[in-house]
Amino acid sequence: MSRTSSSRRSLAPYLYVLPAFVVFAVFLGWPFLQTLQYSFYDWDGLSVATWAGVQNYADVVSDPVLRSAFGHALVLMLFYSAVPIVVALVLTGVISRASALRGMSVYRTLLFLPQVIASVVVATIWVSIYSQGGLLNQALRLVGLDSVARVWLGDYALALPAIGFVGTWLNIGLCLVLFLSGVSTIHPSLFEAARLDGAGAVREFVSVTLPLLRGQVAVALTLTVVSALKTFDLVYVTTGGGPGTSTVVPAFEAYNRAFNTGKVGSAAAVAITLTLVILLVTVLINRLSPRETS
Amino acid sequence: MRMSLRERVVDHTILTLFALFAVIPLVGVVVSAVTPSAANDGGFHLPTTIDLGNFGLAWTDGHFGSYMLSSLLVTVGVVVLTTVLAVLAGFAFARLEFAGSTVLFFVLLAGLMLPSEAFIIPLYFNLRSAGLLDTYAALILPQTAQSLAFGIFWMRNTFRVFPQEVIEAARLDGARDLRLLWGVVVPPSLPSVATMAVLVSMWTWNEFLMPLVLITSEDHRTAPLGLAFFKGQHLTDYSLLSAGGIIVALPIVVLYVLLQKRFISGMLGGFADR
Repeated sequence: MSRTSSSRRSLAPYLYVLPAFVVFAVFLGWPFLQTLQYSFYDWDGLSVATWAGVQNYADVVSDPVLRSAFGHALVLMLFYSAVPIVVALVLTGVISRASALRGMSVYRTLLFLPQVIASVVVATIWVSIYSQGGLLNQALRLVGLDSVARVWLGDYALALPAIGFVGTWLNIGLCLVLFLSGVSTIHPSLFEAARLDGAGAVREFVSVTLPLLRGQVAVALTLTVVSALKTFDLVYVTTGGGPGTSTVVPAFEAYNRAFNTGKVGSAAAVAITLTLVILLVTVLINRLSPRETS
Repeated sequence: MRMSLRERVVDHTILTLFALFAVIPLVGVVVSAVTPSAANDGGFHLPTTIDLGNFGLAWTDGHFGSYMLSSLLVTVGVVVLTTVLAVLAGFAFARLEFAGSTVLFFVLLAGLMLPSEAFIIPLYFNLRSAGLLDTYAALILPQTAQSLAFGIFWMRNTFRVFPQEVIEAARLDGARDLRLLWGVVVPPSLPSVATMAVLVSMWTWNEFLMPLVLITSEDHRTAPLGLAFFKGQHLTDYSLLSAGGIIVALPIVVLYVLLQKRFISGMLGGFADR
């Protein structure tokens, strides 16, 4: 083979990657680095930016609104991640050998359905469920709990949990489908063996099902925690951060500061902090999950 | 497998209960959308009269004709661009050797982790100074950039398991890289390409933050953005809001029902392998 053709061969792979890389770099990579840069400046988006050092980051810790925004994200994690995973694990334990069930694919389709609906649509659905005459209050009145009924999204203490519960609704199906598909790959003989050894339902779950589901639990944890941290659309459409600042979350506050209140530098610092948190959480979960032997 | 009757009954009951939990709010929307506005307080009532007029009213009043068209254009643009670019790059990462490929791949993969907030602020200012704000390009290009991380990852996985013998046979027949890719490797991989296209369509159709920030006039609004503005105008008209929501969600839900196996395994598989 001549020298020219061999050098062409070695350049060719870059030509395959180049178009994708250019689009990625121009519209995502470079703007990300700019966000990093903005985060060290005091800028309103119009006038000249002034160097702010780490002040914007210091605000993330000291500004009560920003601090509470990250606190709210923690509350959402509980609803988006912890509750669905625990509920789905318990259900999976009960339905331990569900792969043999007839009609499984119908259940899967229905359970997963909320995942494919645009979050803006999900938000409008729940705005109506939480309204004065909505489904939730209707159900409460039906069982005689009239005193509990309220405008859920207008309540300082309950608006955030109400938004969180939408995450629970969204993610239970996701986790359940994920765990059931994991269980279906466990060989039935393992369950039989456990039973022959005299293991009860709980013992069987703890020593057979749970260990073999660790990979799926790690995936569910990653997906749900990240989606809790990324929550934006739901808050924007349902409460706009209110009442007061009781449902402000980091992604919402980054948007709000950049495009409504003209605090671009601060918004960038919030966005970078959020990115770091997401990265950290993902790495941590991956550390804890079992190494795939492939 | 032998399962006791009791076990089967318990399993079905639990699954039915949770399937209902997932579906009741959605059924509620459908009922709400056909209930006359005056009789709708957001609760669940079996309507005495079915009013399909809400859909017509929402469609015209909410300008959903124009919004759906925008969404369609943007989605098709993003899917075509992502597919072509991801197939090319995925092939290179899976089958061609070049210096720095691992580093490049992980840089691109990092895009999966990045929340939109981490790049949308400068993107707004950049697109504004380039005169691209409020154009379809302002939605298609960044959305493609965001989809590429998943697309490249997905195509690389697909091409990595492609049988080596077939590629070698084609090379012996004198096929060069590009012809080898589009003529030999891609056709049998079409189901996998389709799964990626379906997922990217869903993400693009459902995206909210990018159109919210990058679109300023009504002409280029996408359907989810249109719904948010529609909600602003009709705060408590739950019939119209439900009808609007159904209009926005329907294309993806229909696609999902037709291809649910591909959707579920694609989403779970794609992430599970990550």
